[in-house]
Order: sequence, then C-alpha cells, then structure tokens
Amino acid sequence: MAITIQDVEHIAKLARLRLTEEEKLRFQKELGKIIEYFDQLKKLNTDGVPPTTHVVPLENVLREDAVKPCLSVEEALANAPDRKGNYFRVPKVVEKEG
Amino acid sequence: MKLAELKGWELRELIKKGETGCKEAVASFLDEIKKKNKSLNSFLTLTEESALKSAEIVDKKVSQKQKLGALAGIPIAVKDNICLRGVKTTCGSHILDNFVPPYNATVVEKLKKEDAIIIGKTNLDEFAMGSSTENSYFGPSKNPHDLKKVPGGSSGGSAVAVASGLATMALGSDTGGSIRQPAALCGVVGLKPTYGTVSRYGLVAFASSLDQIGPLTKDVKDSALLFGVISGHDPNDSTSLKISSKDYLKTLDSYKTKFKVAVPKEAFGAGNEKDVEEAVKKAIKLMEKLNWSVSEVSLPYMEYAIATYYIIATAEASSNLARYDGVKYGYRSKDSSQLLELYQNTRGEGFGNEVKRRIMLGTYVLSAGYYEAYYGKGQKVRTFIKQDFDNVFKDFDIVIMPTSPTVAFGLGEKIEDPLTMYLSDIFTVSANLAGIPAISIPCGKSKAGLPIGLQILAKPLAEETIFKAAYMLEQNLKT
Repeated sequence: MAITIQDVEHIAKLARLRLTEEEKLRFQKELGKIIEYFDQLKKLNTDGVPPTTHVVPLENVLREDAVKPCLSVEEALANAPDRKGNYFRVPKVVEKEG
Repeated sequence: MKLAELKGWELRELIKKGETGCKEAVASFLDEIKKKNKSLNSFLTLTEESALKSAEIVDKKVSQKQKLGALAGIPIAVKDNICLRGVKTTCGSHILDNFVPPYNATVVEKLKKEDAIIIGKTNLDEFAMGSSTENSYFGPSKNPHDLKKVPGGSSGGSAVAVASGLATMALGSDTGGSIRQPAALCGVVGLKPTYGTVSRYGLVAFASSLDQIGPLTKDVKDSALLFGVISGHDPNDSTSLKISSKDYLKTLDSYKTKFKVAVPKEAFGAGNEKDVEEAVKKAIKLMEKLNWSVSEVSLPYMEYAIATYYIIATAEASSNLARYDGVKYGYRSKDSSQLLELYQNTRGEGFGNEVKRRIMLGTYVLSAGYYEAYYGKGQKVRTFIKQDFDNVFKDFDIVIMPTSPTVAFGLGEKIEDPLTMYLSDIFTVSANLAGIPAISIPCGKSKAGLPIGLQILAKPLAEETIFKAAYMLEQNLKT
C-alpha cells in the first residue's frame, strides 16, 4: 500500500507531531515499506477468530474508594515547564477557525 | 579475587561474613564505573551518594548481626525508564531529559526493602524502542566484547553494566526482546518474566500489553534470586497477577530434572548466522546427552510474529506517548503562541527518529479506515501465535530457540534501515505476544569471540521450570 505525502501529513497531524520536509519524505518511504511488510497478515484467514487484547485473564480490577496519601501540590508541580501559582501555565487555548 | 567478577549471591555471602565491607565494595564499583563509563556509555546517572549511604546501613546491620535482606550489599543498576524518586529518569529521550520522578517504582521499593544498593541508571534506546541502544538521545552504549559492536537493546546499558562488572545485577524491561537480546549479545543471563508477575508501576509505558520488567545477571542463580524479590502482586498495577513471590533460589536445590524439549523447525535454517546455529545445536545435543527428550515441533505462525508485534506495539506506543505534551513535565518547545502549536513543536523537537517513526506507524494502524485491516487483524493473529504455544506446551516443558539470529552487529550497521532492525527481533517478540516467560543464557561464542545466546521458553508462570533447565544447562555448558 503506497503512502503519499498527504497521508504522512494527515497522520502527523493526528499524532501532534511537527515534521520537517525532510522527515516527511523519509517517513513516506520508510512507512510505505514497513506497512507493505504488515500487509502479509492479509494472507491469513481470521474470520471468527477472537482478538487477543491482553494475555492475562483479568477483568475490571477495582480498588476500594479509600482515602490515601498522594503527591503534594509542590511535588506535582515540581516538573512543570511553566507554572503560575498552583497551576500549569500554557499558551492560549482558544484558537481561530482556520 | 575481584569483586567485579562475583555473582550477587557470592558477594552477599562475603559481606554477610564480614570478609569485605559493603561501603568499600560499593566504592570500588563506583570507581570502576568512573574509569570505564566514558568508553562504554553504560550509565546515564550515578546515584553515588545514596548508594554509599545504603552501603553504610548494610555495614551497620552486619556489625550488629541484624537480619540482612535477600539482596544485601549487591550493587544493582536500573534501566533509565524505571522511576527512582528524586533521580532523573530520562528514558533516553530529550523530551524527558529533565524529568525527576516524585515516586519510586514498585520494583525499586522492593530492591530497597531487601538492602540492595542501587548504583545508577542505565542507557537505553529512547523509550525502549530499539535493538541496539543507538536510538538513545545520549549516544549508544558499546559492547564490552568489542567496542565497535552494539550491545543490543533496548536494555543495552544494563547488559553492558553486568557484562563488564560495573554492576553485579541490573533491571531491564522487555517489550519485544529488550532484556533477552542485549543479554545474548553481551554474554549475560536475561529473563523476561510471565506478563503480570512483576509490577509495572513506575515503569514508563511503551506498549502496555507487552512490557515486563526483569533481571539481567551473571548467572541463573542470580536471575532466580532477583526475580524472587521483584515478582509478586501489586495493587498499584491493575494488570498484576494475584500471585505471591517465592524463593526461586531454593527451588534450584532440586534442579536435576528431565525435561521434554520442543525445538521449533521455523527457528533454524536460512537467516541465522552459522556460528549461532551451531552453538544452539550443540546445546540441543547436550540436552539429549542429559537424557532430556528432544523433539522437533512446528510453530506455523512464527513467521507472522514480527508484523503482528510491530502493529500492536506501535499502536499501544502511539497512545501511551500521547501524554508527552510539554504541559505537566518534560521538555517544552520555546516559541509556541497557541496550544496546538505547543504540542506539535514540543513533540517534533522532543522525540527522536525511531520514536516518531513508531508513533506515526501506530497512529496509522489505529486511524479510521485502517484500524480493522491492521490493528484488528494483528490482534487476531496474536491469538494464533498464542495458540501455537498453548499447543506445544500441552506436550512439552520447554521450547528452545536462538535468542538472536546474529551475534552483536556493528554500530551504525542497521540504523539506517528500520525494517532490517525490526527483523532482528524475530525470536524474541513471540514470548511477549503470548505473555510467556523466556530466558536467554550464554551458550558459547562465535569465531570472532562474540557471545551467543540460547533462549528457553515455558508456559505462563513456569519460571521455576525455566530456572531449573537453564541452571542445569549452565552447569553443563561450562567448559
């Protein structure tokens, strides 16, 4: 399955990755080759085969809703690239349509 | 006798008997690291101060004849994707190069409880994605057997630390072979435990249905010792199995057993280096000499394991790595005027090549229109691969394969060709897809003197079988 530059740009947008023009060209070539390799699975008939999402037979692991110690505000904010008071600071969220 | 050459269980005895002080021993390891790390690039961070402090506590316990933990005084290196409170945990990535976790991983708590000495954090392929450590933001680690060769990956730094005597034991993580393959390429023992036996709490997630923490050690006894400490149920990991930890070292006392051995025909022939194939076949001959019954079997879906693995692993990775957005921790790109731009710039600048490639692949196989054809299909073929093993383990105790089709390859040799690099995981990814335990032990060297690994796989929770078989082979492979 051939991958176009438009495909690469679309996936990069979904993945929130800024790519350089050079990266786009490289990924177009590389992803195409790898996805072609993935295509060998199409040979196999998997009708009615249940998917394996997890190898361990565990379901709905719940814990008690108990009060436990947790990180302090200072600890939680210690790695913040930018903060204001007790908040993480980020650039403007509301964007113009475009 | 050189401390650097001792196994963990030997060093603990020495310290216990007072034949060497723990602080003195730890200081000598730290000195060695400072001398050799420049050429090997095994460690990213040293925890010198806390290591010496922990060693003093062990010395005090010895002098006061207090009970010592199972790992007392043993210098252990921890892969840099496992959180250590107050110590930088970079994952080999620019995006986390200033991240200091505010908590300890469960495995770290368990090491500390048993008086282990954590001496530092080791190098890895960025986010554990790779088979050579060449994808580390901090440069590749080097194979101590030949500095021009890769040590394997992604737990390359941990394998190098153990192989070169810079640490007595190490922790790694294995998503598709990242413990076993570097163990094989560096000539040490590496175990990927049954999925769910070791808590992943505090392990930076790559592919959550495949990731598992495990030991890299000098011998099988140390592997059993360390696995016994780190395994067991953890309420902080919802995929953790309800099992209690066990003294696996004790189970080795009665190791002389005969095993029913399955040798998959798909793992031999074209594709393997001649020296690798010969060494593994020699080990199989040895099993026959030990009167183990050896039979050829077929794992017909093994040829689809790489495609299946790279679909599932990249899909899970693209989702797990969505958290790196430059908001709460880690690297943030400087000039972004809007939030979307902040995300895109941060991730574009913060991630390296291989990580971007895998996020792109994972996003693609999960995207509208392709989900069923790739991700859905991959999950169904995963069922076939698991059934292959279920069938074999109805009649056999263990499966034997090479760990890697080649010995250590040259630095730079495969890095420009991602698909070729992926294919080097051919014998290791199946155990992760099936969730079963597998160990790699040294089984000889190539003509050029590079180590070769033998892989032993067993059914879920059969670590005891693996240790016994591996221990017996280890005793008999000695020349």
